[in-house]
Amino acid sequence: MTAATLRLAGTAVLALACAMAMGGCEREMRRFETPPDNRASPHPDAPRTSALQPAEPRGDPVRQPAGNGEGYEGNAYNVAQGKRLYRWYNCAGCHAQGGGGMGPALTDDQWRYGSEPAQIFSTIMQGRPNGMPSFGGHLSEDQVWQLTAYVRSMSGQLKKDVAPGRADSLQANEPEAARDREPARPGTK
Amino acid sequence: MMDTLHDVLAPFGPQAGHVHALWMLTLAVCTLVFAAVLAALLIALLRAGRSNAQSAPDLSALGRPEPGRRHGVIAAVAASTLLLLALIAASIFTDRALAKLSTDGALRLEVTAHQWWWEVRYVEPQVADTFITANEIHVPTGRPVIVTLKADDVIHSFWVPSLAGKKDLIPGRTTTMNFRADREGAYRGQCAEFCGSQHALMAFFVVADPPERYEAWAAAQRRPAADPPPGQPLRGREIFMRSSCAMCHAVDGTSAQAVRGPNLTHVASRGTLAAGSLPNTPDDLKRWIADPQQIKPGTYMPATQLSSEDMDALVGYLQTLR
Amino acid sequence: MDQPRHTPASHLKDGPGRGSREAAALDATWRDPPGLMGWLAAVNHKSIARRFIVTTFGFFVAGGLLAFVMRLQLARPGSKLVGPDLYNQLFTMHGSTMMFLFAVPVMQAVTIYLLPLMMGTRSVAFPRLNAFAYWIFLFGGLMLYVVFFLGAGPDVGWFSYVPLAGPDFSPGKRTDFWAQMITFTELSALVEAIVVITTVFKLRAPGMTLNRIPLFAWAMLVTAFMILFAMPSVMLASTTLITDRLVGTHFYNPAEGGDAVLWQHLFWFFGHPEVYLIFLPGLGFISAIIPTFARRPMFGYTAMVLSLIATAFLAFGLWVHHMFAVNLPELGKSFFTAASMLIAIPSAVQIFCWIATLWSGRLNFKTPLLFVLGFFFILVLGGMTGIMLASVPLDLQVHDSYFVVAHLHYVLIGGAVFPLFGAFYYWYPKITGRMMSERLGRWNFWLFFIGFNLAFFPMHLLGLRGMPRRVYTYQAGLGWDTLNLVSTIGAVVIALSALLFVINAVRSLRRGALAGVNPWGAGTLEWATESPPPPCNFYAIPVVHGREPLWQGPRAVAEGGAPAFTHVSGLAADTREVLATTVLDARPDLRVNFPDPTIWPLVSALAVTALFLGSIFTPWAVVWGSIPIAIALTAWFWPRHSETAVHLSLERKP
Repeated sequence: MTAATLRLAGTAVLALACAMAMGGCEREMRRFETPPDNRASPHPDAPRTSALQPAEPRGDPVRQPAGNGEGYEGNAYNVAQGKRLYRWYNCAGCHAQGGGGMGPALTDDQWRYGSEPAQIFSTIMQGRPNGMPSFGGHLSEDQVWQLTAYVRSMSGQLKKDVAPGRADSLQANEPEAARDREPARPGTK
Repeated sequence: MMDTLHDVLAPFGPQAGHVHALWMLTLAVCTLVFAAVLAALLIALLRAGRSNAQSAPDLSALGRPEPGRRHGVIAAVAASTLLLLALIAASIFTDRALAKLSTDGALRLEVTAHQWWWEVRYVEPQVADTFITANEIHVPTGRPVIVTLKADDVIHSFWVPSLAGKKDLIPGRTTTMNFRADREGAYRGQCAEFCGSQHALMAFFVVADPPERYEAWAAAQRRPAADPPPGQPLRGREIFMRSSCAMCHAVDGTSAQAVRGPNLTHVASRGTLAAGSLPNTPDDLKRWIADPQQIKPGTYMPATQLSSEDMDALVGYLQTLR
Repeated sequence: MDQPRHTPASHLKDGPGRGSREAAALDATWRDPPGLMGWLAAVNHKSIARRFIVTTFGFFVAGGLLAFVMRLQLARPGSKLVGPDLYNQLFTMHGSTMMFLFAVPVMQAVTIYLLPLMMGTRSVAFPRLNAFAYWIFLFGGLMLYVVFFLGAGPDVGWFSYVPLAGPDFSPGKRTDFWAQMITFTELSALVEAIVVITTVFKLRAPGMTLNRIPLFAWAMLVTAFMILFAMPSVMLASTTLITDRLVGTHFYNPAEGGDAVLWQHLFWFFGHPEVYLIFLPGLGFISAIIPTFARRPMFGYTAMVLSLIATAFLAFGLWVHHMFAVNLPELGKSFFTAASMLIAIPSAVQIFCWIATLWSGRLNFKTPLLFVLGFFFILVLGGMTGIMLASVPLDLQVHDSYFVVAHLHYVLIGGAVFPLFGAFYYWYPKITGRMMSERLGRWNFWLFFIGFNLAFFPMHLLGLRGMPRRVYTYQAGLGWDTLNLVSTIGAVVIALSALLFVINAVRSLRRGALAGVNPWGAGTLEWATESPPPPCNFYAIPVVHGREPLWQGPRAVAEGGAPAFTHVSGLAADTREVLATTVLDARPDLRVNFPDPTIWPLVSALAVTALFLGSIFTPWAVVWGSIPIAIALTAWFWPRHSETAVHLSLERKP
């Protein structure tokens, strides 16, 4: 075993390892710190577009998204938190497990107000006419980005190794990781 | 921090007491056996001659039985077996003693474990008297307590060393455990089954009060939150309702009725915050609300970013919730 | 490959000793081919075992460093050295490394080296499978560490309870990597178990009847059988966990009919025998060292063998004692209390037989014996706390507290690691041809012994004072501060002792005294050949007449008074021919042609690795990954003209 062959072997192993797990670094990170809300958003604040708010209504406008949710969709921990928040804050009350009911379905390819993360963020923060409450100020922005990432996973937009598996509950549909990507089609049903 | 007791060797109730008795017996027997084995080894080392690698091995034992040694080994094994059988019997007797705790007139509790806090529901004969609290359990001294144990997410374990052994809380399963606190005091418990990032800071307290003090406490817990006085505390309630607080926490008597976080109706009456992680002082409360990740990294409670006047008002309001 | 040209009907047979033409031919036949490709294609058991031992020792050091960081974090309350996420990864990696990547594999590695030498044969059974097992183990361990160093190490404990390890509460692929590491290491262990069993049963020197094999061989035989029955349970558990996470099965989903406790049963049905898989080889080491350093054969051989077997059977009846805090029927739990206490009896038999041997021997106080004495103190203390934990009510107080951490380290380090270090000092001269330093050995021992007790004894008290396990920090003022600090100091001393061992081992490679054939004056067959052994182990296969062949020699002439045979000869010297003997009486039975070095075990291991890694991400990897494996296995088994020609000619003219 010469030094040269050892070096070669070592490099190969390292390269292989990095390649294999490169997708893993962002996916597996767990950031246990509070990200500062986007105080430096370049956009002016936006008005709420729904009269409904949880708990007691706030009068202030909501902040616009800064960025398009970078760091959330590629991170399994954030998407899993989004799934937890979807359950905690009773999104299923209107959207069911994605199939919709009082609210539109989230698993399909119809996006009334846009399917980009920033658009979904705004939908949650501002609310929308005909029933979507305005959550701005009632949830932290970190939580809204997490919800956004999870909502996008419901229609298969996320990478398969990041999207959540099955939940520990009654199963309404396939795990998000198994759903085929539904290309977005804007417009009404 | 509350001055608390949490020692297996300092039992303050019959369940922990039975275990303590078994512990003393087992410790005595095991120490005896350990000492005997070491003594035998020591004697063997001292009386055996010395040799080196070239010394001829002693093959005299081959083919010829060694009755003295055989009897010695058999006697030692027999003694060990008898002692083990005795310990098995002692263990079974202790099991029976634990099962025989009288549950007449028991107080009934339902504890649901969450990541990383304890929800406690007091089940009363009158449904209207049922109340919910978190992380701090009060019980009357001398009265048995039956705790129903459930888990909301992952496996946790309910362990109050000075009062009783532990029991796991497993999602999908409901189980019970019984105990009784015989002496007044605050007994610390901690989650004893690894349950995620903040398993380390998931403590709770069992506070044993004399019966009258317990009844007074329970009566206060049953009452919904009183309206705060006008001024800063009232503004604090508005902030509570309009920030993320009301999304997860309930304060009875208001429209905040969410069940995702600990019930805060009487939060100011508790000795600690955040499942025993912080003393319950205004400054600690402010630190906790402003950035929970600094104290319990990984916790599900989001940070609440408020101006310092708003934070003072909010904390002022929370302090009225006795 | 530099092998001698095979000519049909070769005349060179083994028998003559070093220096002869036949011995040179044997050396050329059995040594590894040169160069990098030769190193990768080696199937000689000693080559595989040496790298296997070094690899497991590397994992031991890695696992120890992880624990060292944990102890640094816990030295003070509220320390911010390590946050919860990293700490959870640290203790998961520490447990997984020690249990799956060190404790069982190192025992198998040492066995793979020693067993043919002890049994008087030239190879383990299935040498290519043996090589495959090493590569699979290496790749599984590497995978786990690569993932850890990239910040994605598993973080739900070495036991990975669901639902915390399930898809809902353990996002990402961390737990999947852990579960697949299990698949790698258990495949390796199962394969090695098959190799060990077959070697012990069929490849012994003539005359080594089953009741003459060394107690170490008995321990490894019993361990191998236990592996066969225990490993499938954890493979099933980890596979069902992967399917729950990857494809949405519901084995552990209570809402859809699954049960979180199912995991615990499956895991601990393996997990309890696992600790005996670690403990029994340690007992084998003790039984090998004591006779040599007491200068007499072991007292109570039959009782020792029966104790090993009884322990193995009983070990499968204890697993629920890890689950006493779960709501299972109390009567059932009492059964497991009784079984958990009664398993102490066969171990007690062994302890008393060892003491009897020492009592009636003449002692040579060298480092191996020191480690054996350390074993007595530490293991027996650990056994006592084990008796305490066997009782349901006592366990319900100290389960999942630092009391258990203390207990498990006392029994595993005392019962396995101390004997392992004794074994290293004992067999290092055989493996390398040089003696380790006695002085450094004593320092190593005393530092380890003192450091160990300093580190782990306080943990008993911590557990009794209410400190749970697997906590990344604790609050000040609970009465835990000083004990934790003392424990960390002990960890520092242990680290020093490990460093001393490494220095001793490395320095002695060049500077150690030359060992000679039998530096300890021992009685078993591995000491009959050179140090280090030639590639073929023995130039002529010995014939055995007793349990301590070198002490008894050919004196055993009980039948008829005719002089007994000392060796057999006639196996081919220019091809790898091995003598297989009958199971009970070790009468010569078959002459088996063993394979030449080949790259296909490595290639197959790479193909299997690709399948395992792929199946973390998609179930289709099982389908597509089978194709390279099929190709590699076909190439593995494809007969070669040159080999077949020689084998045929040996059949015609043996």
